[in-house]
Amino acid sequence: MTGFILRRLGSAVPLLLGIATLVFFVVHLAPGDPAAIFWNPDADPDVVRLMRENLGLDDPLPVQYGRWLASFLTGDFGYSFGHRRPVADVIADALPNTLLLSGVSLVVVFALGIAVGVVSAARQYSRVDHALTFLSFFFYSMPGFWFALMLLLVFHYHLRWLPADQMTSISHIYDSLTPLGKAADRARHLVLPATALGLGAMAAVARYTRASMLEVIRMDYIRTARAKGLSERRVILVHALRNALLPVITLLGLYLPFLFSGAVLIETIFGWPGMGRIAVTAIFQRDYPLILATTFVSALLVVGGNLLADVAYGIVDPRIRRGGGAS
Amino acid sequence: MNRASFARFRANRLALAGLVAMLLLYLFALLTPLVAPFEPNRQDLEASHTPPSPGHPLGTDQFGRDVLSRILCGSRISLFIGFVSVAISITIGVLVGAAAGYLGGPADWTLMRAVDVLLSFPRLILLLAVIALFRPSIFFLVAVLGATGWMGTARIVRGEVLSIREREYVLAARALGFGRRRILFLHILPNAVAPIIVAATLGVGNTVLLEASLSFLGLGVQPPAASWGTMISDGRHVLTSAWWLSTFPGLAILITVLAFNLVGDGLRDALDPRLRR
Repeated sequence: MTGFILRRLGSAVPLLLGIATLVFFVVHLAPGDPAAIFWNPDADPDVVRLMRENLGLDDPLPVQYGRWLASFLTGDFGYSFGHRRPVADVIADALPNTLLLSGVSLVVVFALGIAVGVVSAARQYSRVDHALTFLSFFFYSMPGFWFALMLLLVFHYHLRWLPADQMTSISHIYDSLTPLGKAADRARHLVLPATALGLGAMAAVARYTRASMLEVIRMDYIRTARAKGLSERRVILVHALRNALLPVITLLGLYLPFLFSGAVLIETIFGWPGMGRIAVTAIFQRDYPLILATTFVSALLVVGGNLLADVAYGIVDPRIRRGGGAS
Repeated sequence: MNRASFARFRANRLALAGLVAMLLLYLFALLTPLVAPFEPNRQDLEASHTPPSPGHPLGTDQFGRDVLSRILCGSRISLFIGFVSVAISITIGVLVGAAAGYLGGPADWTLMRAVDVLLSFPRLILLLAVIALFRPSIFFLVAVLGATGWMGTARIVRGEVLSIREREYVLAARALGFGRRRILFLHILPNAVAPIIVAATLGVGNTVLLEASLSFLGLGVQPPAASWGTMISDGRHVLTSAWWLSTFPGLAILITVLAFNLVGDGLRDALDPRLRR
């Protein structure tokens, strides 16, 4: 097991280097002086020249690349002009919020998606199956940001059931709540954004679970279980589901980029102070160090998520462990 | 597509519905100047924020522009961007995947690591970074959408090439002394067309969604051009007083993407009986 984890970690190293290199090249391919990107456009030209010298921006490209790589990989992303703080601090504040939103979304996505997939597979080609299949396509094809607006229109503006902005109520209300009330307040603020973020991915998980279940149901050991006279419910939920869920674990890693992309839009709409909203405001403020850092950090999160999913897969399915490191 | 695949596709009611919707979309996009009731950018400030009514079936926006006409006009932009960028990404994906699968060795390793790297970036965030650094135009938008969408195709094509190149007829071609390029382009790739078509169909839907997302954030198609994403964004701040502004363009996106996804999924089932259950 340790060997398997180490092999997986080892395969992430070239990936990290590649990610950092790509971000570096995007900056250097951009029109104009890459240096101008990193400070305030209103700065005095003399100051800029001095800073260029101090930062070694006139050094040969490979030297710059090496230094830049070292600083990026150690979490030194420079200074954010929009926030007037080090980029690393801005990200450290926003990251937990994005993780909370996508984490809650992920749990709901998988719980509901798997349930829908199992029902669909157990009743293959029935009315229920056809309806669920169509609904899956429907939600999968829906623009998440538009769905978010429709949720707002119905559940916030018309029914007035749920809040639409920020992570908590405004502070003078929030501060007066009991600890339990605070938790409830936070949960209420999560409902709409997490739903809007997760529904598309949920449909995909449902489709995938259905396919995986159908494959398992045709296997001999399921026929054996049925022949033994076990109830259909037990055959599906205990014998089939266990093995059908194995490949679904890989989706966990696969849907992280999807969720983070979606979070950009959902956070913008719901005023959720996470990485996505920060990236969008950074673009309009021309806060390049912050944009590059959010891009880099989100890619790191995806790599980390994939690693976790791989290791989890290795734990539940020994065949993967012995199968070697090649992808 | 052989007869068996065709029959399978025709038996799939959802896929057929998708195909009909897709053809109607084309028709409307082509005939927009004829069927649109108004000129999409014509302002009529006295008719600002008119709710859906016989004169304006889907209402008007704050400048009194007809929403239906703008949605029809937006279909051209969306389909254009979807098609051209998918054409770009499929071309890159086929070339990279074929090279990786056929050459093998270090070339394969390097190309596939490049694919892994690009797939690690959430696509929308990578697009945001690139668009922020360069000056956006519609052609640049198409180019970056194409340049960030080829990795899935490359993986699929590589897998196909790896399995096809071991078949007997490829060995026969090799034994006959044909060149590598001839074997790859005339003997291997034509037999990998089915999954490429599926990837392309699903890719168009995906790209339409992405373009709408970027335009919604104000980083895609720039006003006054009618883009579905921009229209939804314009309606966002008058959601309660003029709900039709955001609602109808969103439905247009939904129908378009749904059509492409249904057709793509139907094609996958029809072309690859192994996946059929």
